[in-house]
Amino acid sequence: MIGARMKSRVPITIAAAALIFFAGYAALFIAPDERTMHEIQRVFYFHIGLWTGMYTALGLAFVGNVAWLFTRKPQWDWLGVSSVEVGVASCTGGLITGVLWGKPAWGIWWTWDARLTTCFILWLLYISYLILRGLIEEPQRRATLSAIFGIFAFLDAPLVYASNRLWRTQHPSPVLFGGPDSGLDPRMVRVMLIAMVTIVFVVLLVLADRYRLEKLRHELDELQLAADLRSAAPNSVASKELS
Amino acid sequence: MTTARAAAIVLAKELRLEFRARELLTSTIVFALVIVVLFSFAFDPTAGESRRYGPGLLWIAFLFAGSLMLNPSFAREQSNSTLDALRMAPVSPFAILLGKMLANLIFLSFAEAILVPVFAVLYNISLVGVAGQLILVLVLGTLGLVITGTVFSAVASHARLRELLLPLLLLPILAPLLIAAVESTGALFAETPSLDRAWLAFLAGFDIVFLTASWLLSDFLLEE
Repeated sequence: MIGARMKSRVPITIAAAALIFFAGYAALFIAPDERTMHEIQRVFYFHIGLWTGMYTALGLAFVGNVAWLFTRKPQWDWLGVSSVEVGVASCTGGLITGVLWGKPAWGIWWTWDARLTTCFILWLLYISYLILRGLIEEPQRRATLSAIFGIFAFLDAPLVYASNRLWRTQHPSPVLFGGPDSGLDPRMVRVMLIAMVTIVFVVLLVLADRYRLEKLRHELDELQLAADLRSAAPNSVASKELS
Repeated sequence: MTTARAAAIVLAKELRLEFRARELLTSTIVFALVIVVLFSFAFDPTAGESRRYGPGLLWIAFLFAGSLMLNPSFAREQSNSTLDALRMAPVSPFAILLGKMLANLIFLSFAEAILVPVFAVLYNISLVGVAGQLILVLVLGTLGLVITGTVFSAVASHARLRELLLPLLLLPILAPLLIAAVESTGALFAETPSLDRAWLAFLAGFDIVFLTASWLLSDFLLEE
């Protein structure tokens, strides 16, 4: 069973590796040089890819949180926690690439701009979500309470963004659909799309693995519980069957 | 029984409890006062700086005090399993939550009513002429704080390390509220005071979003 699953993973993993290699090559060598920022601008392709990955993962986490509350199927809770973990990882990557890009491009590592602040607050909120999960023992309660917190965190994101937008903003305005003067060289757009697809693909791949791990943990807990019950009641039917 | 009536009964119970024990309010007020005083030592502000940093300091003090004060709201129902008794009542869970939110709003507003004049004296800020508008800002801001804070108090009450967990959950969620409250308070403390309608609307929006979410999720929040 596990052997068959591992085998089916091989082509997907090879595809992911090939995509990563190709996206990296495209970002470094195919994409044209940016007029003012030059080489450093190439981090943009990974930066935007990581953010796309983060929003995909956190969107899935929200779906998982809401669906858990209404259906009580443990699968949704697994989706919630897996997505948040992967989302936090992409968010960390996005923040790090952003800081690396910010220093040469703006002359500062960090600024309290709307998008930066939103992502930072999201990062803090979803780390709190993971801490919260670690501090509640009972699985049902952990799933429900963390789902409620997850929904609140998700609702908070647009408010954080709007408040910082009203407050001050420095991040370059969106280059896509951002008005007549904005826009990218078509080659840049293609490389960007490749990077986005690649990173979202990798994020979903990791997410699926994390989900499987959560599922195995759940199965292990249930087996442990069954074993405990069996040893607590030595004369039960189960132990007779075994002997 | 209607939700409003049930919420009023929970509110009366919370107020009676606090009136008899008188432990929460005193410690909250003193705690916030300590923050205000320590900030003064840490930054040693001039008159102009007080005007600039005052609103932020005031709201940080409220947020910290609130995040500690809101913890017992549900945690103290744990020791004798009194929340189970509350839940047995044939009322909607939102009524229990609402009653507690209103009680916390009253407690925190009371603390603010004492703290703001003391703050104004210590930091040489004149409240004459802006008191009414300031109350509006304080109420809208405090409302957002107690709505999210009461919900998270219920969330944290089931966890280990809940005293530490509540500020951790609450303070990042309140980031937009802090910005809006500080900006609108700052506009009132300025040389030429003005009421910033955009930020007030934002505060009201924050309150509405999270009150609605609490209403929709209260069944899950207070389930056994």
